Amino acid sequence: MLRYTLRRLLGAIPTLFLVIVLAFLLVHAAPGGPFDDERALPADIEANIAAAYHLDEPLPMQFLRYLGGVVQGDFGPSYSYRDYTVSELIGRSFPVSVHLGILAMIVAVVTGVSIGVIAALNRNSALDKIVMGFAMTGISIPVFVIAPVLVLFLAVKLQWLPASWTGSEGASRLLLPVLSLALPQIAYVARLTRASLIEVLSSDFIRTARAQGLGTAAIVRYHALKPAMLPVLSYMGPAVAAVLTGSVVVEEIFGIPGLGQLFVRGSLNRDYTLVLGVVIFYATLIVLLNLLVDLLYGAIDPRIRRR
Amino acid sequence: MKTTRLLPAMLVALVGAAAMLAGCGNEAGDRESPLNGLPVLNRALSTEPESLDPQKSRSVQAADVLRDIGEGLVTYDAAGNLVPGTAESWEIAADGLSYTFRIRPDARWSNGDPVTAADFVFGLRRLVDPATAAFYAAEIGNVVNAEAIVAGKADPAELGVAAADERTLVISLLRPTPYLLSLLTHPSTFPVHRGSVERHGAQFARAGNLLSNGAYALADWEPGAIIELHRNVHYWNDAATSIDIVRHHVVTQELAEFNRYRAGELHVTSSVPPENFEQIRADYADELYIAPTLGVYYYGFNMTRPPFADNPELRQALSMAIDRQVLVDAITGRGEEPAYSWVPPGIHNFEPVQLPYADLSQQERNAIARSLYRKAGYSAEKPLRFELRYNTSDTQQRIALAVQAMWRKVLGAEASTVNVEFQVLLDQMRNREVTEVFRSSWFGDYNDANTFLAIMQSDSAANMPGYANPEFDALLQSAGEQLDLDRRRLYLEEAERVLLADHAVIPLYFYVSKHLVKPEVEGWQDNILNYHYSQHLSFGAAAQDGRP
Repeated sequence: MLRYTLRRLLGAIPTLFLVIVLAFLLVHAAPGGPFDDERALPADIEANIAAAYHLDEPLPMQFLRYLGGVVQGDFGPSYSYRDYTVSELIGRSFPVSVHLGILAMIVAVVTGVSIGVIAALNRNSALDKIVMGFAMTGISIPVFVIAPVLVLFLAVKLQWLPASWTGSEGASRLLLPVLSLALPQIAYVARLTRASLIEVLSSDFIRTARAQGLGTAAIVRYHALKPAMLPVLSYMGPAVAAVLTGSVVVEEIFGIPGLGQLFVRGSLNRDYTLVLGVVIFYATLIVLLNLLVDLLYGAIDPRIRRR
Repeated sequence: MKTTRLLPAMLVALVGAAAMLAGCGNEAGDRESPLNGLPVLNRALSTEPESLDPQKSRSVQAADVLRDIGEGLVTYDAAGNLVPGTAESWEIAADGLSYTFRIRPDARWSNGDPVTAADFVFGLRRLVDPATAAFYAAEIGNVVNAEAIVAGKADPAELGVAAADERTLVISLLRPTPYLLSLLTHPSTFPVHRGSVERHGAQFARAGNLLSNGAYALADWEPGAIIELHRNVHYWNDAATSIDIVRHHVVTQELAEFNRYRAGELHVTSSVPPENFEQIRADYADELYIAPTLGVYYYGFNMTRPPFADNPELRQALSMAIDRQVLVDAITGRGEEPAYSWVPPGIHNFEPVQLPYADLSQQERNAIARSLYRKAGYSAEKPLRFELRYNTSDTQQRIALAVQAMWRKVLGAEASTVNVEFQVLLDQMRNREVTEVFRSSWFGDYNDANTFLAIMQSDSAANMPGYANPEFDALLQSAGEQLDLDRRRLYLEEAERVLLADHAVIPLYFYVSKHLVKPEVEGWQDNILNYHYSQHLSFGAAAQDGRP
């Protein structure tokens, strides 16, 4: 297990290097520079600014300088937040995104699995259709529609919840963003759980369990749920990544200082170091999440561990 | 249903989630606790300031915050009139080349240190020092040696700014600069506390490090979310400050901003969403403030390439064929004024020159436009084909499509619209290789026509069309040499006449500022600069706690 983990981690290094090279080339290939503006700068000032950020050096030189920093954990200064370094900005915003993402995932999994189990056990009944219908609306309505609608009713009309991150100091400011982020995930988890549980419930070992006289609850709890969770688990890796990276819209709407908003702002402003820093950070995160899911797989399903 | 046994596990998970929610609340709640009950003003910023270092900042939003926390020698009152700031008085030499400022004896930094003439010298040298890499270093280009220092050819200590004593600052100029006092309201010319810069280096402009000399001091800055300011009790005019805490919220989406305003989370918005503007105008008539501002929206021609180089009549034809009234009524629709001049009306000491056809009806303009178009050699059989470039945005697109239709209908010209990302458009405008007609805008830095006219000089970096007319350059040069303000104005007006006659740009409309302001906020005054210092605002007696 340890050797496997180490091998996977070492294997990630070339991947990450490739990500850095590609991302570096891509951000520098994008037209326009980080300090371009409608109020264009006189040549002398432009030269001073380029020199301050080493943008006047040849690209290979800039790349080596950047890589040298990254190896030491220094992602350089941000161009669009001139008072902060990229590492600081990621360090500030990532916990916010994680907090939000974990909460959204908990809500999504708890609600999604419940709905999926209820639907599977009452297959093709009215209840099945109602709960799955509810779940489907979550998938069908995009976040940029759901979030403003939630704000309109719960924050503007009823004034129960704050409309934004900075609109309140308390925990209530998390509710609408978490709900907006969780809704589409609930539907996915519910569908996966339902399909998987139905399949498991029709397998031979469940029939054996029934033959031994076990009740439905016990069968689901002790025999069926665990194998039925495998597809849900394998979905968790991409889902966590999606919630962490895909929270851009939610962060924009609620004004949450998370990683997604940082990334968008960095890209639009050609903030090379910020974009690169976030990309490298995300890439590392996704590699680690995938590894984690593979390890968890082994823990849940002994057949995989033995292979 | 026996699956209910799953419920305990799920409940545990939900309780865990709730605990996380609550945990977060506690940690954030600490920020406010010592200040509970004090009046708080909640304002919106449309983008995050890139820096709160006076010399390193660039954006309008950074300047908005900096005007709350810092103060120049000169400042503005609520109506936008120049008034003494940290300098209580000044004298201008007869030749206009030397300004002597007297600093207030009670001017203080937010830690109580006195603000001295040396602090201004330090700030201004820092502005032009190449090591600072300041965006606004060219602002004080008329100060002796400023340009040479920016170019790295002179030492910052050689800048023509000197502290005669603790309270006397002398600024020496190369040429009379009647708008110098306006420049000295700009945050890039604010003083900086030398000890604090030297101690904190690159982290100088952080909450806890930044010392400022304005009505407020930086208390907290959460990038991407909020900037919190607290009253600076050492400020010389602190007695006039009414609101203790100002929170600048970063709100990038206009609709989200409007919702926050409606939810009572903002007292002042930075804009108003274009959707349902009429409805907002009706529902919030008493809270909506729309005022002309120093900004022009224009289409520029690439003056260095065919078909528009050396073809003023063709350019004029395209300009005349656009019905600007339709654009402002049907598309922008938020009180914008159609533009028939380059310099916006209402600017200090200037009477904008109108395009000669401003008084004609659109039908008359169209007729002339058609004949100019034919004269330039184009017709229904041989239509003019070109590209109109704009940056990707709903409003830009609607304007581009409307103008495209007007050109087709009136002239038969075939413009194809190309939308690109903003940074790409900037790049293309500057290179002048693929652009033919492009959309751009310009916002004045100070209340003087020079801020608009100077960018059209042939050597200006912001001259996007690549316009170069020696006559125009000479007129601006002469204007810069005038001591007499009336004579200077005549030169500037003549320069604008030349610029308009060349049709290098098509001014389409003048921007307006748009704010929603809660009724309990008092002291709000519209002004052409769209500067609204928090220190001029207060809460009416009815809402002393500052809650909308």
